[in-house]
Order: sequence, then structure tokens, then C-alpha cells
Amino acid sequence: MARMKFLCDADRCIECNACVTACKNEHEVPWGINRRRVVTINDGKPGERSVSMACMHCTDAPCAAVCPVSCFYTTVDAVVLHSKDLCIGCGYCFYACPFGAPQYPKVGNFGSRGKMDKCTYCAGGPEADFSTAEYEKYGRNRLAEGKLPLCAEMCSTKSLLAGDGDIIASIYKERVMKRGYGSGAWGWKTAYKETINV
Amino acid sequence: MNTWLKSLGALLALAFIASTPVAAQNNNNFNPTKEAVKEEQLLNALKSGERLTGRISIPDEKAASLIQPSGQEWRVFHQQKLPVIGGVAILGMLALLVLFYLVRGRIRIDGGFSGVTITRFASLDRFTHWLTAGCFIVLALSGLNISFGRMLILPYFGAETFATLTAWGKLAHNYLAFPFMFGIALMFLIWVRDNIPNKLDLEWIKQGGGLFSKGSHPPAKRFNAGQKVVFWIVMAGGVVMSMSGWFLLFPYLAEGGVSDLQFFTTIHALLAVLFIAAMLAHAYIGSVGMEGAFDAMGTGEVDLNWAKEHHALWVEEEQAKGRAPAMPPGAMPAE
Repeated sequence: MARMKFLCDADRCIECNACVTACKNEHEVPWGINRRRVVTINDGKPGERSVSMACMHCTDAPCAAVCPVSCFYTTVDAVVLHSKDLCIGCGYCFYACPFGAPQYPKVGNFGSRGKMDKCTYCAGGPEADFSTAEYEKYGRNRLAEGKLPLCAEMCSTKSLLAGDGDIIASIYKERVMKRGYGSGAWGWKTAYKETINV
Repeated sequence: MNTWLKSLGALLALAFIASTPVAAQNNNNFNPTKEAVKEEQLLNALKSGERLTGRISIPDEKAASLIQPSGQEWRVFHQQKLPVIGGVAILGMLALLVLFYLVRGRIRIDGGFSGVTITRFASLDRFTHWLTAGCFIVLALSGLNISFGRMLILPYFGAETFATLTAWGKLAHNYLAFPFMFGIALMFLIWVRDNIPNKLDLEWIKQGGGLFSKGSHPPAKRFNAGQKVVFWIVMAGGVVMSMSGWFLLFPYLAEGGVSDLQFFTTIHALLAVLFIAAMLAHAYIGSVGMEGAFDAMGTGEVDLNWAKEHHALWVEEEQAKGRAPAMPPGAMPAE
């Protein structure tokens, strides 16, 4: 099985936010929740870069380690998913996550935290594939349809890459060699304990 | 004509080639395409607790944090340090109490029960105590469950039952926080004047409160030094737990975002295990550990002999105010 990863080639990202919008639309993510976001580093200064970030589906995921009710699981494709039926909305995964991926609807006690929502790598949740329950809780299951995450598939500059870690790493490596520069595989060291050496 | 165009083209090309290095020189040799920010450099430059942040166009400014390495430290605290600290504090205290019981046994009333009682705690005192104590027990159990339940309880219940239980625990924890805070405030108001440390406390501490030697009863007013320590632990603990918990209840109030919340959960958890350990000792000496002690918070009426042994000066004060029987009825002179 593949080891699915995300890779944002920040030297190509034009901060169009289409990945953010596509994600919200594909999964009908409610207002106030962003499974994916684009952050611009050194904005307005020479050498600024924009990075599209979501759940990186970490190796040895911190969210899964600290969850008090053990609601996380890792699929055969190494995608980190969670069960909203088990989630109690405590916020621990948000404290531990390096990427600020966990999101909470303001529906819990005193409008604080409802059940956590995050990027599913377009792979749904524990419910049966293509079921209404799965769609309502987690959004589309594109992986089960044989497709990759929409954010990466529709990225206009092909900055955001999704797919097997080795394949997207080799694509990135080739790009860096060809153009002669690269700002790095953002988040890889933190998420996968390895980076792409070019 | 053709040659003229060709030579013009060549000239333009030459001019372009010649001008390129000049333009680069004007820019201090900085090429924004190649010399962009590098993730590795930025991460290495971060100090402890700092986050890699930028600008974001969605309305949630807190989402501008791209990578926060301190999440890893929080994970280590929560997964590795807290179980050790909590285990040592709580299990250690339980072990100490068992040891104390085995060595010292139950502390008896030296003079035995007199059969005459004196009012130790009126209904408002007891209401305040049990309101706070009741909330504390539920808060402690639900707190311990959310911290250690996955390790200790989940394997026996299964994921679904445990998640339901923990969700109820979270609800209880969130809502009982308010009566607990009210109880702490009330407790401060009604008991603070009797809990101001004074010279008597030094004597009490010098004698170890009479805890470790039979028949030794250092004089005390309404509250002895040990009880004062418990009072101030509850006050300090209650205030810090309430303040840190407030931000966890209303996470959007934490202006520093995730860093603030990590700090507050750490404080909340660390103090909680120490607080629980201290309250275990308090509960022990107020029930199993000492004969006649539970009545104070049970019925509110304690045996006169118990009161004279543990709070001699307080009994004298009460007697002077005419609020207590002078002596057991058996010893009363016949009229």
C-alpha cells in the first residue's frame, strides 16, 4: 500500500486559495472551519513564500497519541482519520498538533468545542464508504473512488502534491534539480521525521 | 531591410544581456526567486515556545500559525511526564496514608466519648464544605479519567462505552466547575477570619500537631495549623484551577491561541494531581484517620471531649460565649 503524503512546493504556490475553497465545497465544511489554509511567510518581503497547509497525516501522529478517548486510527494508506462518534471535543489534539489542523465547530458547552473536524485526505471516516452518514460527518470519500484529494488535484500550478510519499518526493526533487532552488518540503520533518534531500 | 532588422535584433539582444547583471547588482545580488525563505532555517531559528507564523487571508488570525513545534513538548508532558508526576503524587499519598494508618492507627479520643456535643459547624459551613467537596470529587474523577482513563479504564470498557462515559465526564467537569468556584468563594468568605496564621500555629507545628505521638494535643482555636494549611491549599488551588480552567472552558478567550491553552492545560493538570493528593490526606484525617472527626462535617455536632482535645481554646471561647455546655452532664453538680 502507498504511504500517502501531502507536499506543498511553496516555490510554486501563488496563494490563490483555490485548495481552501475546493476543500470547503467538496466536503460542505461549515462556516468557521477550514480543513486547509494558505499561510504566507515573510509577506511583502523579498523571498516571501506561501504554503498550503492541512493535516499532514503524520507518522506517529501526535493527535492520536494524546486523544483521551483514542478516536484516531490510521488507514492502510497511512491516512490519519478519526471517529466523530467517539470524539468528545476536548481540544487535546489541537494542543498537540504541530500544524493547527484540528478544527472545532462552536457548538459545544458554552459555544466552545463541538466534535473535531479535520482534513480526511478525502478519505471519509469509519462509516461505510459512500454512505450518507460518512458524507455528513467527514465529506466525500474520493480515495475510495480512486481519486486523490481534490485540493491537490485541482491546484493550478501543481504546487500542492498528494499521493504516495516516494512518488511526490521524487517529483519535488526533480523540480528542485531542474530549477536550481527549493524552499523545502514544508512540514515534512515535523510530520514524517524526514525531509527531501536534494 | 532584412539585414537592418537583423542587426537591430542583435543589438537589442546584446543590450538585454548587458543590462541583466546591472539590474541584479542594483538589487544587491538578491534574487527573490531563488533566495526565498527556507523552512529549515526558519524552524531552526525558532526559540522554545515560538511558532512559525505568517499572514493568512481567512478571518481567523490564529490560523496564521503554520507550524508550532511546542505541540511536541505538550505531547511529551501529557504522555510521559504527567502520568509519572500524577502517579507519584496520588499513589504516593495513598501509600503514605496506609503507612500512617498502620503505624499510628486510628487516632482515638483520649478521654473517650463524653456523650455531650458541641456545635462545630453550622449548616452554612457544612453546605459550603459539601458543595465544594462534592464538586471536587466529580471534577477530580472526570479529570483523572480524561488524563489517564485511556490507559487505565478504556481496555476494560471498550472504545464506545468509554467515549460515552468520558463525554458525560466532560459535561460534568464543565458544568460543575461553576458551583465549585462558587463554593471556593463562599468558603473564603466564611472561614478566612479563622484561618489567619498566628503564633499558636508555630507551637502546633513544633509538636507535629500531635499527629505522631499519642496523648499530645497542642492547643488550637477554631482551626489548627494543619487545617489552616488545608484551607490555604484549597484557596490557592481553587483560584489557580478556576483561572486556568476558565480559559479551557472558553478557549476563544485565550488571546495567545494554542500556546496559551497548552500553558493552561499544563498548569491545570499539574496542580490537579497535587490538589487531589492533598485532599486525599484531608479526607483521610477527617474520616477513617481520627475518631470523632467526621461528625464535624457530618452532623455538625462534635463530642465535647474531641473538641477539648483538638480545639481546646476554641471550646473555651464557645463556652465563654455561652454557646457550649460547660461540662458533661454526668459531672454537673446536682441542684
